[in-house]
Amino acid sequence: MTAHLLKKGTIVRTNPATEQHGHSSPYDVFAIRKDFPILRQKVYGKPLIYLDNAATAQKPQVVIDTLRRYYERTNSNVHRGVHALSQRATEEFENTREKIRDFIDASDTREIVFVRGTTEGINLIAVSYGDSHVSAGDEVVVSEMEHHSNIVPWQLLCERKGAHLKVIPMNDDGELLIDEYAKLLTPKTKIVSLVYVSNSLGTINPVKQMIEMAHKKGICVVIDGAQAAPHLAVSVRELDCDFYVFSSHKMYGPMGVGVVYGKQELLEKMPPYQGGGDMIKSVTFAKTIYNTLPFKFEAGTPNVGDVLGLGAVVDYLQHIGYPAIAEHERDLLEYATARLSTVDGIRLIGTAKDKLGVVSFVLDGVHPHDLGTIVDREGIAIRTGHHCTQPIMQHYNLPATSRASFGIYNTRDEVDALVASIDKVKEVFK
Amino acid sequence: MDELRELYQEMILDHHKNPRNFHGMDAASHAAEGYNPLCGDKVTVYLQLDRDTIKDISFEGSGCAICTASTSVMTELLQGKTLSEAEALFGRFRALVTSDPGEKPDQAGLGKLVIFAGVREYPIRIKCATLPWHTMQAALEDKSETVSTE
Ligand SMILES: Cc1ncc(COP(=O)(O)O)c(C=O)c1O
Repeated sequence: MTAHLLKKGTIVRTNPATEQHGHSSPYDVFAIRKDFPILRQKVYGKPLIYLDNAATAQKPQVVIDTLRRYYERTNSNVHRGVHALSQRATEEFENTREKIRDFIDASDTREIVFVRGTTEGINLIAVSYGDSHVSAGDEVVVSEMEHHSNIVPWQLLCERKGAHLKVIPMNDDGELLIDEYAKLLTPKTKIVSLVYVSNSLGTINPVKQMIEMAHKKGICVVIDGAQAAPHLAVSVRELDCDFYVFSSHKMYGPMGVGVVYGKQELLEKMPPYQGGGDMIKSVTFAKTIYNTLPFKFEAGTPNVGDVLGLGAVVDYLQHIGYPAIAEHERDLLEYATARLSTVDGIRLIGTAKDKLGVVSFVLDGVHPHDLGTIVDREGIAIRTGHHCTQPIMQHYNLPATSRASFGIYNTRDEVDALVASIDKVKEVFK
Repeated sequence: MDELRELYQEMILDHHKNPRNFHGMDAASHAAEGYNPLCGDKVTVYLQLDRDTIKDISFEGSGCAICTASTSVMTELLQGKTLSEAEALFGRFRALVTSDPGEKPDQAGLGKLVIFAGVREYPIRIKCATLPWHTMQAALEDKSETVSTE
């Protein structure tokens, strides 16, 4: 079932009532909550309500157990030992690579490179692909709604090469202006790097169409999938992106692991990002021969335990089923949007037609940081600040916003509690 | 709620809503900008010195209630003070907001500033209260870089 669903495409929105999935249908959010031990605690004497999933998501018991089992039974270095533990670790590590290949529907495990996270992944691409393909006077295109990690590596590349960074503007709903994007694709454009789902606004960008537009002009496209991974089934083959990057920790997996997908023909031609052990075939002082893909890009001892944890969470999410997850989260987002819109003085920031997972807002006369402190005392964790997207704040001329972001274990009751806590904020500030 | 009231006292809310000395200053002899990247507080503090006396002090910017009120109260208190008096007051204020919340605050010489004792319960908010003071200090030292709480 899983593979079939994954190949079906990019945004899967099926009715869970008609789709089979692991937990008993309809979506049993309370059963899912039980899988997350961290949710069982109180904060300031109130049950924890965790609405900061876009920053990092909580980890289900299977992930914690997988890490524990790895360190209790398997821990060993990979790709180097003839002994039993090393062989077992290597096998489980490489099996996880296959699992990730299947998860994003890549054609080959050689296209799956393990890194530390989205940030490291984008840096790898900007240095290895960027340095060998971008020259003085060339252009790199990003959008106005990028996370800093999809801006700064390209700025550094442009500085190294004397190239220019171009920015796709957005409208006040937080939607990219596709006509403007079309104008930015010129013979000078060498790379387009785009966020799939915005962490500040929740906007789902029409990346498939945007990739197609770039490819018509022979331009390479990188997709930042950090916020898509926890919510959407993705097929990199269907998207036809050249690179795709995401982080484990935002999709309920361990911190410290991420994935770079790259088309094999591109990865083959790229120079290594870092040098060291594991990424070589043979070393003499006269000449070093690099290892084959994907190992050429995995210098040094990898984060085996956390990679296995990521594998465990992929199984977990596929067991629940992405269509069911999407439906649950769509309901939460609609409910939260409706409830918050009725609160006097609230303005929603990010009102794109195609959206998921995130409600950002500002409250008249109250700075987000004050709101965050008061809401926190109710046991509710939301994010206040610029969310590592300062250009978005500049677009709206705001110092910061408050952001509630949803995951598989959140409930409508939690949205109600958030709305009630905002009444408390107003009481303090009246 | 009581704990929150402790933080968001009436006088703090009043200074937040109606900040005093909230304007630029053409005749400023010193100015500096302070920034708290955590919450986006941004204040510019202007001073006009007459030898070592603060003849006038004002501010502009946008910040959370704690930061705005702290800046507003600071500009009130520092009007007409000497530089060494300002320095000493900052020292006492810093000691207040970083003291053990379990203990009764030492109010000696603090005057109005005691209203900020509540931030001791909210360690992450201490920087909001001290940002204007650091900025004032930087202005007097003629630091051209933005003061950051990080
Ligand atoms: C859209 C987006 N891109 C990139 C990142 C960076 O991810 P990481 O911090 O895991 O490297 C994040 C999260 O912080 C994000 O939300």
